Amino acid sequence: MTEPKTNEQALKTAIQIRNLNFYYGKFQGLKNINLDIVEHRVTAFIGPSGCGKSTLLRALNRMYSLYPGQRAEGEINFYGQNILDPKQDLNLLRARIGMVFQKPTPFPMSIYDNIAFGVRLYENLRKGEMDERVQWALTKTALWNEAKDKLNQSGLALSGGQQQRLCIARSVAVKPSLILLDEPTSALDPISTAKIEELVHELKSEYTVAIVTHNMQQAARVSDFTAYMYLGEMIEYGKTDEIFIKPKKQETEDYITGRFG
Amino acid sequence: MDQNLYRRRILINRIGITLSMLAMCLGLFVLLWILAVLFKNGFQALDLNLFTHSTPAPGSEGGGLANAIVGSLLLVGFATLVSTPIGILAGIYLAEYGDTSKTAEVTRFMTDIMLSAPSIVLGLFVYAILVAQVKHFSGWAGTIALSLIAIPVVLRTTENMLRLVPGSLREAAFALGAPRWKVTTMVTLRAAKSGVVTGVLLALARISGETAPLLFTALNNQFFSMNMNGPMSNLPVVIFQFAMSPYDNWVRLAWGGALLITLTVLVLNILARVFFREKISS
Repeated sequence: MTEPKTNEQALKTAIQIRNLNFYYGKFQGLKNINLDIVEHRVTAFIGPSGCGKSTLLRALNRMYSLYPGQRAEGEINFYGQNILDPKQDLNLLRARIGMVFQKPTPFPMSIYDNIAFGVRLYENLRKGEMDERVQWALTKTALWNEAKDKLNQSGLALSGGQQQRLCIARSVAVKPSLILLDEPTSALDPISTAKIEELVHELKSEYTVAIVTHNMQQAARVSDFTAYMYLGEMIEYGKTDEIFIKPKKQETEDYITGRFG
Repeated sequence: MDQNLYRRRILINRIGITLSMLAMCLGLFVLLWILAVLFKNGFQALDLNLFTHSTPAPGSEGGGLANAIVGSLLLVGFATLVSTPIGILAGIYLAEYGDTSKTAEVTRFMTDIMLSAPSIVLGLFVYAILVAQVKHFSGWAGTIALSLIAIPVVLRTTENMLRLVPGSLREAAFALGAPRWKVTTMVTLRAAKSGVVTGVLLALARISGETAPLLFTALNNQFFSMNMNGPMSNLPVVIFQFAMSPYDNWVRLAWGGALLITLTVLVLNILARVFFREKISS
């Protein structure tokens, strides 16, 4: 197991994963994962299909708790609080840890309401304040100019790339501290992908970001730290530059150079 | 390439298409025949008196269906008011909450039985537990009998439509920290809205022509009445009684009533299709 060696003392840890094991019924999806996710940085998870990177992401906001039969053991400390604690309030947790999925999932309501939906759950804003929040979130995701004239139209009327940015705006609007991106660009064209990658760069000034991606170049472009996973195990974790230029393990190098996976 | 194999395939294809065209023509022919007879006899009965006068006494001239039309509207209207919330809530339970629990399994099984139960049995059931106990027929008894038919239809459609909503949409709502009831009402149900409305409309169409459950419950009433506690006139039972009577004007009214019901069902079906198309296009 590789312990992350972040020499920069100034960096704070947002999430500390200790001895995490995850089970789908009898099948073990994650094996003894140890990892620190650094605050205000982008951490990428790479690895072949089925290696457990999405599973790991879905453990961080307890999404798996929706499904009986899936369970996690170990510790995930989110600013010192173990979120695997059965007493953890899942709704509050998910309000602090946002998530964006592989396929765009706009709600069947107007663009405005798509964003206001999450905000209304935990904040009581007046009309003017809500308008500002919606504009703020859409501006942040570079969607404001395209959407400002059709805020009352259905979110489903947007293009795929716009829908995905709407979903990111929706997550950003509730002001979480951590945003999980599960292959956010795999259903998008290259231009939309570029816009979202740019967005990820922007986001890290205020949020901690964890991104799962199948695209190695994407991981190299957007992330500060990279974790390579294989068959439910964390093979190597470190600074993205080091992982991509001089990986310590042969397996990592094989995967990154395309000899395997 | 085996020419014989290919030729044989073409031949089988032609036979198949011919047979299915024949089947379609037969079905369409019968349907058009029914509609032609219904329209010919029904439109003859269609005049203003049909809506303003009540059913005539035996042997007397003229008359209309005002009492039966209002009675049917009341019975079907109340049955819809009762069955829609029960059916939708139960459907939500099955799709979103119960899922694979024992209660859900049993409910699903019972619903399937209710869906295929002969409507006369449901009428008899209401007769036994309500009419026979209070010793008089009533509009409420009719409403209950019709609701028993409508509830499983609404329930099943609601469950099926909710199941068509992709799990990723639910997850996205949960991921924002929304509690389950908010996810269900604001996101899932909204996504399935047009499908659920379609289910309600189809249930409405189904019960507006039901005769058997009303025979022993609402019975019939020769006079205009809006008292749900007393026997109540309604189109299907009036058609049943008048169509076989020896009086010409009764038979004429029966055709008029049949036409009204058919047109109502037709309109409801068209509405259901429009709603469902909206769902597909969005």
